[in-house]
Amino acid sequence: MRRGPNAFNRLAIGLGLAFLYAPMVLLVAFSFNASKLVTVWGGFSTRWYAALAHDQLLLDSLWITLRVGVLSATAATVLGTLAAVALVRSGRFRGRALFSGMVYAPLVLPEVILGLSLLLLFIAFGAPRGFWTVTLAHTTLTLCYATVVVQARLASVDPTLEEAAQDLGCTPVMAFVKVTLPLIAPAVAAAWMLALTLSFDDLVIASFTSGPGATTLPMRLYSQIRLGVDPKINAVSTLLLAVVTLGAMAAFALERRRAPNASSSS
Amino acid sequence: MRGRRISLAAIAPYAWLLAFFALPFALVVKLSLSDTVLAIPPYAPRLDWSKGLPGLAAFVRALDFETYARLASDSLYLSAYLSSLRLAAIATVLLALIGYPMAYGIARCSPDTRRILVAAVILPFWTSFLIRIYAWIAILKPAGLLNVALAALHLPTVSLLNSETGVLVGLVYAYLPFMVLPLYAVLERQDESLLEAAEDLGSTPLAAFWRVTFPLSLPGLGAGALLCFIPMVGEFVIPDLLGGSETLMLGKTIWTEFFSNRDWPAASAVAIVLLATLIGPIALYQRQQSKMLGR
Repeated sequence: MRRGPNAFNRLAIGLGLAFLYAPMVLLVAFSFNASKLVTVWGGFSTRWYAALAHDQLLLDSLWITLRVGVLSATAATVLGTLAAVALVRSGRFRGRALFSGMVYAPLVLPEVILGLSLLLLFIAFGAPRGFWTVTLAHTTLTLCYATVVVQARLASVDPTLEEAAQDLGCTPVMAFVKVTLPLIAPAVAAAWMLALTLSFDDLVIASFTSGPGATTLPMRLYSQIRLGVDPKINAVSTLLLAVVTLGAMAAFALERRRAPNASSSS
Repeated sequence: MRGRRISLAAIAPYAWLLAFFALPFALVVKLSLSDTVLAIPPYAPRLDWSKGLPGLAAFVRALDFETYARLASDSLYLSAYLSSLRLAAIATVLLALIGYPMAYGIARCSPDTRRILVAAVILPFWTSFLIRIYAWIAILKPAGLLNVALAALHLPTVSLLNSETGVLVGLVYAYLPFMVLPLYAVLERQDESLLEAAEDLGSTPLAAFWRVTFPLSLPGLGAGALLCFIPMVGEFVIPDLLGGSETLMLGKTIWTEFFSNRDWPAASAVAIVLLATLIGPIALYQRQQSKMLGR
């Protein structure tokens, strides 16, 4: 649209963004509060951050969450890329309707249903619940998001490029790896990042599928939140927000730098 | 020829989804038809595969949907069901009212500003859901920041935590990006010359909006509404942290039945009822998505 925003448009954007960001800004501000009370400002302090470094339970759960996230995101990205190739390139194969249904359903399905069903599966097969069951559950959840991200990019890649590579003597697998994969690499990377974030963030599915000794960070935070507002949670939250914000800004800057090339090559 | 064969790339993800999505789902259905007992695991299976076909026949004969009958007769489940649908519906309307002006405003900005604003709307989605809801506890609680601000302005204080209003605030807050982005996607693509044509033909800007822009943005509004409504009906974290014990929602019911009451058949039956309710909206959403991707 060419016409600029009017006063009403500006107001709508401003209020909307204030609504989205005000709670997070307050959260960050009160993580530096010396007072234990959330509503009373007791001066600037980093004591809650210092307390974090000695919270072994929290550090343990952070390490578990990171391992689950990296493993499940990697598995989900590989499976999701294959699923995207099947959906975009294979035309009407047998069982396609069921396949695409299973790929898209977890995107909107309430997490409690997915968590409950996976837990029943693990119990039915007598699998001890813990690190591996959470990883399997997160792979299933994030595989669907990875597929959608890769699929959107793959749909814009010209299939004749791969056919040309095959005419020149590549096997179908080689043609995919040498021609298509480099073209969809940014989407594959984005899919991995999204899968990692979702796994890192998940409380509900992890609570159903985890067991003793595999408490993830959201599970640990949730049990502390249930006990009441604690400035230490504000400090953890601020650190997580900082990591995500820096990552997002880096991705944004990278894409901006690449944008002129992308538009001239297409 | 291609249509007949099996897709090689699909084999691994297909097998994965059958094992970790379809099969577990069948187990939920099976368990919802079992009886509750005090044991570990706390249910008595009705279906015994080891007996083969006679076992299946016995299962079908003895099928009494006892757990479902129990759900239907207990007013607690019914009110949880109704308030889930009601809260999700109210939140969807609020989201449309707040999200539409935002998406419309962003679509009218210059391309550079648009990129930054879209990134600003997406960013919260990448940050922890749990933490963003936790932030609202400090704001909404009786001695929280909202009431401190209201008291400073000499306004009457409000008690929003552990109420349905608190849940609605949380739902609208958490799902706003999911409403704004699909709306923005259709509004941004819209052809400006259509509006000019409408105005050349004597339309006021407001009339042109209602008769041109708004009808053309309906697919985006529909996608946003479904994308928010479906998961909100089964939401657990928001009603649990902001709604207190007063607010009943199905996601919370499943959690409580499973973890606190250890009534697994009931939890499974509630999950099936929830899914049966959402299957229509989910199918609608999938059809719309494949239409948009196919274009």
